[in-house]
Amino acid sequence: MKPTKKRDWSVFLRGMQSVIGLLGLCIVLSILSPRFLKWGNILNVLTQTSLNAVMAIGMTFVILTGGIDLSVGSILAFSGMVTAGMIHSGLNVWIAILIGLVIGTVLGLVNGLSVTKGNVPPFIATLAMMTMARGATLVYSSGRPKPNLGEAFGFLGQGKILSIPVPVIILFFVFIIAYYVLTQTATGRYIYATGSNEKAAKLSGIKTDYIKLLVYAVSGFTAALTGMVVTSMLDSASPTAGTGAELDAIAAVVLGGTSLSGGQGGVVGTIIGALIIGVLNNGLNLLDVSSYYQQLIKGIVILVAVLIDRRRR
Amino acid sequence: MPLLEMKGICKQFPGVMALDDVCLTLDSGEVLALLGENGAGKSTLVKILSGVYTMDKGQIKINGDIVDIRNVWDAMKLGIGIIHQELNLIPDLTVYENIFLGREKRNSVTKRIDKSYLKQESKKLLNRLGVDIDVERIVKTLSVAEQQMVEIAKVLSMDCRIIIMDEPTDALTTDEVQNLFKVIRALKCEGKGIILISHKIEEIMEIADRVEVLRDGKYIGTKVVAETNTDELIKMMVGRELKEKFPKVKVPVSDVVLEVRNLSVPGLLHDISFELRKGEVLGIAGLVGAGRTELAKTLFGVYKYSGDVFVEGKKLKLTSTSAAIEAGIVYLTEDRKEEGLFLDKSVSYNMTLATLKVFTGLLGKVDTRKEAQTVSDYVQRLRIKSPSITQTVENLSGGNQQKVLVGKWLMTQPKIMILDEPTRGIDVGAKVEIYNLINELKKNGIAIIMISSELPEILGICDRILVMHEGRITGCLEDNEATQEKIMRYAISTGGMYFEAN
Repeated sequence: MKPTKKRDWSVFLRGMQSVIGLLGLCIVLSILSPRFLKWGNILNVLTQTSLNAVMAIGMTFVILTGGIDLSVGSILAFSGMVTAGMIHSGLNVWIAILIGLVIGTVLGLVNGLSVTKGNVPPFIATLAMMTMARGATLVYSSGRPKPNLGEAFGFLGQGKILSIPVPVIILFFVFIIAYYVLTQTATGRYIYATGSNEKAAKLSGIKTDYIKLLVYAVSGFTAALTGMVVTSMLDSASPTAGTGAELDAIAAVVLGGTSLSGGQGGVVGTIIGALIIGVLNNGLNLLDVSSYYQQLIKGIVILVAVLIDRRRR
Repeated sequence: MPLLEMKGICKQFPGVMALDDVCLTLDSGEVLALLGENGAGKSTLVKILSGVYTMDKGQIKINGDIVDIRNVWDAMKLGIGIIHQELNLIPDLTVYENIFLGREKRNSVTKRIDKSYLKQESKKLLNRLGVDIDVERIVKTLSVAEQQMVEIAKVLSMDCRIIIMDEPTDALTTDEVQNLFKVIRALKCEGKGIILISHKIEEIMEIADRVEVLRDGKYIGTKVVAETNTDELIKMMVGRELKEKFPKVKVPVSDVVLEVRNLSVPGLLHDISFELRKGEVLGIAGLVGAGRTELAKTLFGVYKYSGDVFVEGKKLKLTSTSAAIEAGIVYLTEDRKEEGLFLDKSVSYNMTLATLKVFTGLLGKVDTRKEAQTVSDYVQRLRIKSPSITQTVENLSGGNQQKVLVGKWLMTQPKIMILDEPTRGIDVGAKVEIYNLINELKKNGIAIIMISSELPEILGICDRILVMHEGRITGCLEDNEATQEKIMRYAISTGGMYFEAN
């Protein structure tokens, strides 16, 4: 029997479906609006998308194990706020960023501990964290934004390297690492195994509790990273930043074909899912569609896309 | 006029002709067994009858009238009831709520469910079956056998004339099987027609009146049970003669590999001690609930225990499954779909999951080329029939799925393999292959513990047999002295009889 690459093809084809959807969307928009295909607009779409995409990549890790993380929007806000506070108090920008990232990761770990050691369903555990982290943000900031964070910090969200926006570069690296871990390493396989059949994974000698801690930590980290970029982009930490962001992240993961029950999917799909949402947002803005209608249309697109995916399986 | 007549039934699935011109007749008061290997079309045939699938071609007559079965409701209205292999009860509802689910009698004015009526009727039905189950118990607290009785009561409550049972004895102990047979005989006396799907020829010989054999979606023949024998049926089933059902080989027994001393798990296992030697297959017999699986899982590091476990003279701390695997103990679960396989993943993925470290190189990258090579080797060695190593295991037959799991554990180069019901739900031909595989492992110096509820299998394959009852070892038999009767005596024994044979 010859080892073949057949399975990779089927995964590839599943990805193709959303790629076709994305391309179709782009073609329609480029016909409807001449501004859509301008280089500046493309960079704009990519930058906007990168925020949701980085968070959605972390979310993909969690969803692949059969879990969910509702706390990412609040973790984004809290870590951004703490970093801004540290910068205001005169701390070195890079240390402040590091502290923000560590806080996000630790909050993710707490989620993981509630799920594994506490046996709390992921939905509830992360719902509690969502409320707690938002509350902590409001307490820490007294409900006021922290603006004027300086030029060095601004680079993260507003800077460019070789005329490519830094957030897009960050997304690129996060994606490469996530893709490598999920598809090339043993840890990646253990993540899929945990979501596919947890009992069997345990009885194969996989420490599924450790895997779950890991994925929630990853999700906390990517949320905090997004928090840094958003705060830098706006040059201000807002206590309401990232409200509802968890839903956009979940939508990107699901649009990308990852199964909410775990074990199936991946980050390539998630990127495409995030791009579909990003392009749609951008297109609807270019076409001057009122923001009320935008919500409605986005919801319909998500439902239709998932329905098509269901039917195909 | 027969109660049921199916003629020229054809059903095509993408890529396969699942049924090709199959016929079937059933009289009232008759038990008809449907026999065939996995994939022979038995389940497809009864699913057409019960409205789960619609046939492409063919005719179904009930009491001489042509009927049209398009969905499950049509079948129900015609009095066709099916008891699926995977029971279809709602675990969190009570027995009586399950029996009358969707057909609750309500007060005509208040629309309130008349619970006392439902309870009373449920009791009557269960009494008719001669079983004693409290109708107010929550279904998930019942044993599998009891749940099956509830399913049968449910079918009776719908006043079915034709009752189909799909592999009803698969999860039952010998006693429970006898109980089920009593119920089947009672249903027969009431004039019901019963279609029984089974792999187990011994049981068919005991309970059925006629046997219909299918092979590869084709009708092979029908025999009156009194006029046929096991060998003939096997030949019809597999299309060839099986030389030996239990091909036992003897290997010189050498050093003690595993020694268990005073092993206890509170509430599950009490004071278990035994030895396992290289080159032997140690059988563990007992009724369901005797603690056999719990013993296996304890040795695999799942439960916390007191007492000592030695492998090759070295005392182990079995605190996790990975510690057990490290020490050379592996465990093939009894429920391969629930606890063993990743059904949506490939053969290769399933086989290497426990040994990925071996294939991991720089930056944690799994060397997929080396992996594919190793998997291909094992697939050949174990003669796993799969179109490729990237095939999802969901699409393999039960026997081949089992071999994938054996391969997975062989890759860890174990010293001790614990096989829990390794032939459950596997057809006759594939069973012999598994037995041969066990023999081969034995020859290669792997010590084997085999748990099985099928006594002929235990007697046919094992060199030594431990019998368990309520978490204790109640007997130990050498294969030359063991008989089904002796094993059963130990399996149902109570205090004061321990180690009588030693």
